[in-house]
Amino acid sequence: MARALIRVPARAKRGEIIEIKALISHTMETGFRHDQLGVLIERDIIKLFRCTYNGVEIFRAEFFPAIAANPFITFTTLAQESGTIRFEWSGDNAFSASESAPIAVE
Amino acid sequence: MRRLAAALALAALVFAPARADDRRSGYDYMSPQTRAMQDDDAANPAMLWVLDGEALWNAAPAPGARACSGCHGDAPKSMKGVAARYPAFDRALGRPVDLEQRINACRTGRQHAAPLRSESRELLALAAYVALQSRGMPIAVEEDDANRAAVEAGRAIFERRQGQLDISCAQCHDQYAGKRLAGSVIPQAHPTGYPLYRLEWQSLGSLSRRLRACLAGIRAEPYDYGSRELVELELYLMVRARGLKMDAPAVRP
Amino acid sequence: MKRRVFLLAAGALALGLEARGGRAADMQGAMLKVLGEAKPREGRIALDVPPLVENGNAVPLTVKVESPMTEADHVKAIHVFNEKNPQPNIASFWLGPRAGRAAVSTRIRLADSQRVVALCQMSDGTWWSGSADVIVTLAACTEVL
Repeated sequence: MARALIRVPARAKRGEIIEIKALISHTMETGFRHDQLGVLIERDIIKLFRCTYNGVEIFRAEFFPAIAANPFITFTTLAQESGTIRFEWSGDNAFSASESAPIAVE
Repeated sequence: MRRLAAALALAALVFAPARADDRRSGYDYMSPQTRAMQDDDAANPAMLWVLDGEALWNAAPAPGARACSGCHGDAPKSMKGVAARYPAFDRALGRPVDLEQRINACRTGRQHAAPLRSESRELLALAAYVALQSRGMPIAVEEDDANRAAVEAGRAIFERRQGQLDISCAQCHDQYAGKRLAGSVIPQAHPTGYPLYRLEWQSLGSLSRRLRACLAGIRAEPYDYGSRELVELELYLMVRARGLKMDAPAVRP
Repeated sequence: MKRRVFLLAAGALALGLEARGGRAADMQGAMLKVLGEAKPREGRIALDVPPLVENGNAVPLTVKVESPMTEADHVKAIHVFNEKNPQPNIASFWLGPRAGRAAVSTRIRLADSQRVVALCQMSDGTWWSGSADVIVTLAACTEVL
């Protein structure tokens, strides 16, 4: 099942500020809801999002239950060199997902 | 020349849409922020289901069975405009079926696979992927001799007072559309964007789910998924919305 | 999300400007955990969030900080908090000079009309704060799945 949708420009000029978007499928169950029998539904969220650019971390986010379901994040980075931009998500119940996208920088 | 002009004017009158077009999609009632969420495919959560749908389209549902692509090929070509024509009259069954029912009919009849459960992620994903191929196209469900009885039955449901609150769909969505109900703007109820990501659900859902929620809201017994009444109501709503542009898979509050 | 009773008459919108009772204390506590001894000044960080929201389940939020984002002068971290959710934290973001710009967008959940507060830590050790008030309207109909 599709986990994530990422938007990274395929090419950029050196030094250009590029916008990166990442959307991932996840219910982000808050741990504060009750089911129809009144039983508390356990928390199940993505807790950490990391973005690396040729292995170097360029952005990190810690998520709490207040992040909306199917977490979406937009941030920027300087296009420094060609290579791979990698995304990693991790969270409750050993959740783990990753995606990557190539970027050509001239 | 004058006779031609008169003939054209008469033709325009006869073939003009049934009402002056003050019809508005639910999209027009949304805040700019929610519209932006729908407009950006990188931000629209419904696109996650579309991706799943694309994968399902290309995968054999059971060993040895054909994938959807096995018969229909490339969905952007073969499914173009299809969702805009549903619910469609199924001559073999003698009644209209909605898109989800059509997908399941293919699965059981042609792919010899088990039908997908109503509102299941897989069924919604396939419906979203197919509906995407009609994005931007006008709704093309027409009333004809075959489906007229069903359209009228759907209209009767729309106009009938129901539930403990004893309200009809028409009272809110025809009479009070544009006005507010407890802080939310009442839309005209044109199903241009289904299946859609509803912020209230935090998930993608079908028109059937939305109609059932409305019925629960007026404290009426919601019709079952796949029931004749739901499909008749969906059929009527699509005929009522014909000509409006599809924007599936949409985002709505 | 709590269950809501369906009301046909216009429901009242909580204006959220009074009744900042117990929950605000949670938010202060969460902020202190991040600040330690530091005292934030108001400014430089701006929260872009719609003042009136159709549904509290997915509220778009953009946090922007005025900063040259150079090696010498950049935003290290942004922490976002809320007043009335069951939990005071929303998210934390770590940036750095490679960001180019200090601007992060996401979608958050707000359980009620309330204030959202952001703290930002600069590379020079200073802390800055900003806030925004949001009115959250709720969907009118309950649902039976």
